[in-house]
Formats: sequence, C-alpha cells, structure tokens
Amino acid sequence: MLSLSNRKKVIEQGELSFMEKLYLPVIAKGLGITVKHLFKRKVTIKYPEQKRSFAKIYRGLHVLKRDEQGRENCTACGMCAVACPAEAITMISAERKKGEEHLYREEKYASVYEINMLRCIFCGLCEEACPKDAIYLTDRTVDSEYNRDTFIYGKDKLVEKIDNRIDISQRKIKTEQKLDKLK
Amino acid sequence: MDSFLIYKAILVLVIFVVSLVIAMYSTILERKFAAWIQDRVGPNRTGPGGVLQPLADGVKMFMKEDIIPAHAHKFLFKAGPMIAMTTALMASVVIPFGKTLLIGGKEYALQVSDLNIGILYVFAMVSIGVYGIMIGGWASNNKFSLLGALRASSQMISYELAMSLSLISVIMASGTLSMSEIAQQQSGWHWNVITQPLSFIIFLICAFAETNRTPFDLPECETELIGGYHTEYSSMGLGLYLFAEYVNMFISSAVMVTLFFGGYNIPYIEKLGLAHNLETILGVLFFFVKTGFFILFFMWVRWTIPRFRFDQLMNLGWKYMIPLALINILVTGGLILIFDYFK
Repeated sequence: MLSLSNRKKVIEQGELSFMEKLYLPVIAKGLGITVKHLFKRKVTIKYPEQKRSFAKIYRGLHVLKRDEQGRENCTACGMCAVACPAEAITMISAERKKGEEHLYREEKYASVYEINMLRCIFCGLCEEACPKDAIYLTDRTVDSEYNRDTFIYGKDKLVEKIDNRIDISQRKIKTEQKLDKLK
Repeated sequence: MDSFLIYKAILVLVIFVVSLVIAMYSTILERKFAAWIQDRVGPNRTGPGGVLQPLADGVKMFMKEDIIPAHAHKFLFKAGPMIAMTTALMASVVIPFGKTLLIGGKEYALQVSDLNIGILYVFAMVSIGVYGIMIGGWASNNKFSLLGALRASSQMISYELAMSLSLISVIMASGTLSMSEIAQQQSGWHWNVITQPLSFIIFLICAFAETNRTPFDLPECETELIGGYHTEYSSMGLGLYLFAEYVNMFISSAVMVTLFFGGYNIPYIEKLGLAHNLETILGVLFFFVKTGFFILFFMWVRWTIPRFRFDQLMNLGWKYMIPLALINILVTGGLILIFDYFK
C-alpha cells in the first residue's frame, strides 16, 4: 500500500536476541531512563496555593454586564438563545416600570434569564450574537455541584454585582476583532 | 548475666522499632519515588512535605472496619497476616548491624543472636513467610486470592532454590554460615560482590521474587488478580500484609548488604584511629546507608519495568537462575582448589 506520510515504522517481532534474552542490559537502560526523570522539573501545579493561569480570552462562566451607571444591558431580545447551538439559554422578558430606570437601561428587560451550564458548550456564540453588549464569557469556571438543578444559573449568579464588576475588556477586544473579520 | 539479658532485650526492641520505622517510611518513600519518576510531586499534604503520611495511613488502617468474608476460615484468615508480619520481622535477628559497643568495659555485639547457621535461619524465616501469604489466600475463600497464593508459593519454591544455590558459592569462599563472620571477613575492600558478582546478581533477582516486588509481583498483581492474596483483607489485616512486604524489603536489603557489600565495615576507617564506640556507630550508619540504597533500588526497579508473565517467571527461575548458580558453584570450587594448590 502507498504510504502517505512515510513515517510508518515496520516492527517485526522475531526471536529475541541473546542480549535481549538476558533482560539485564535492557533493564539497565530502562533504569537509566527513569533516573533521568527523577531529576526533571515536576509538572504538577499545587492547586489551592498555585493556580494555572488562564488565557486572557478564556471562555468560562458567563456574565451579564451592567453599563457604567449600573443598569442591566440585557433587553431580552433572545438573540443569544437563538444563536446558542446547545440551546442552553432561556429567558422571559418584562417591561420596565416607572421608577425602574436606574435598574434597566432600556424599556424591556429580562425578568428571568437562565443558562443551563450542563448544556452550555462555552462556544461564545451568545456574546457574538448579543447586540446590546450584555453577555460575555469570562475566565471564571463553573463550580462543581452535587445536584443537576443547581447547574441552571439564574440572574442571581449571572448578572455582575454593582460593587464587584468583572473585567471583560480582553474578551471584548477579541470578539470585536472576530466580528471585524466577518465584516 | 542480668546486664546481658537487659542489653539483648533493649537491642531487640531497638531493632524491632527501627525495622518498623524504616518500613513505615518506605511506604511514603515509595510513593514519593514513584511520583518523582513520573514527573509528579507525590503526597505532600500531611505535614511538611508529606512526612506524616505514613502515620495518617496507619490511623486510617486501624479505623477501618475489619471484614471477614462469610465463608472464610476465620482462624486462618486472622492468622495469615500475623504469620507474614512475624516472620518478616524475625529474620532481622541474625543480621549484624555493627561491630561491638563498649559499655562499662564490656563488649556487646550489635547482633541479637550470632547463630552459627545464620544464613540458613534467614532462609527458614523467609520461606515460612510464604505460609502467611498461602494461608491468607486460601482462607479468604476467593478465587483471586487463591490464585495469588498459588502463584506466591510456586514462585517462592522456584526462586528460593536459586537463591540458596547462589549463596553456596559465597559460603564456600568464606567457609562459614554465620552472618557476623561473613561480615567480618569483608573488612576493607574484600567485599563479596567483587569476588562473587554472578552470585550477587542471582541473589538480587531472587530477592525481588522473594519479596514479591515488581517485576515478580505476580501474587499480588492488581490488574489480573485485584490484589491477589489480600483481595479480601481490609483494615489492619491488609495493613500487616502491605507492611510485611516493606519489612521484607528492608530485611533482604540488609541481608544483601551483609553478605555482599561488606556489612558494617567502612574501608580504611582503622587508619583514622577513632574511639571504638564511635567507629561502631559510624559503621552502623554506613550499614544503613547501604541498606537504604538497596531499598531505593527495589523501588527504582518497581517503577521502571513491567511485570513478567508467569511462564517467563518460571523459565527464568528454573532454566536460567538455577543452572547459572550451579555453574557459579562449580567455578568457585575450581578456583578455590587452584588457589589452595598454589598457596
């Protein structure tokens, strides 16, 4: 058959040679290999003290952004839910009442916004679809839980806290670049 | 006489404790060593660098529920691990750990008992050790345990032969069976490993088989026999079996050092003109350093090579080890005759 890569090695398992039958020379060779590894740098990351650094544009747990005045960006247009290939996002929209202007940026907002983290594949299509700059993926991870229900994250977990803003500037640059390319 | 008995009692206690502590720390060392070879860090959570891990393991073993399987032979099931552990510890009786200590003008040997058949005694103890494994495996009433026990006994028989045959040439050369005399004869650089290299290699390989260590760990291979003879054991029964293996490792390393690597003798130390006791203590330290090296070597081999197949194991034992040992005896005998002739 025609070899495509020319990297194929044909190995024949014939009779062992006399040196191989003695076992000892090859065992000594093996011992040499392991002793080399003994002094190699260890690859272990000692987790709680030491954390693996994430890429700046890591796609982890989502955040629903607020604007500079602390109002929610999301208008419950549903573009993210449509874009989502895993159908992980669902929402219920509501109309902004009088006196709620400081909470929501536009007249319509999402009263319920849920992402099922077990369905989510963290592809980032929701943030590309979002016209209102509302949803972003961050370098945080989804916590492990014992119960499946607890993986459905509501607004309480997704919307960023006013006093604890989450920096998505790197991610934003990346998304804009990507969108520029599409144009 | 009283002081003699008290001294012996203390010595027995010290050796007992030392063997146990060494075995205890061999377990953590084994895990660390495995980790280092595999580019990992190893257990490092219990105490600084993980030094308290063996204590934690011991406590865990004690706290576990001791389960006796429904159809097991209760007495033998309990006796198995005890035999394994006791015999493992008993072999240390004849090992000379050092020269003599001068206490109050009297000389005390650092050896519990200088039997004139010391080597035979070690072999006797090691071969009784396999009863612990056989009894435990048989009493568990489990096919995997039984297979493990079966393998252990057949392996022991095949390798014990080669082991003792390999030692015969050493005994021929030194003319004694007493461990302390053999150690004494190797003062300076007269190590037996230099005059009897083949004998040493055979003995080393057989020691691996005797202690059930890789590449000869067929009695307890996890992949085929789910632990082999100790499949059914839990709690301290299992603990004793695992522990006995490490004690065995220590003892066989010590025997190897005594028989082939000059025991407690430090070459050229007599030229320094040290005090008798200091010299002895340094000798003991040297002995333990060498023993430690062999314990490390056991581990090093374990994490390097895979397990032998059973037929390969038997082939190696009967078709290579025993004939080689016999040839070695023949050659040694011939050489002794030639040397005597020209003397």
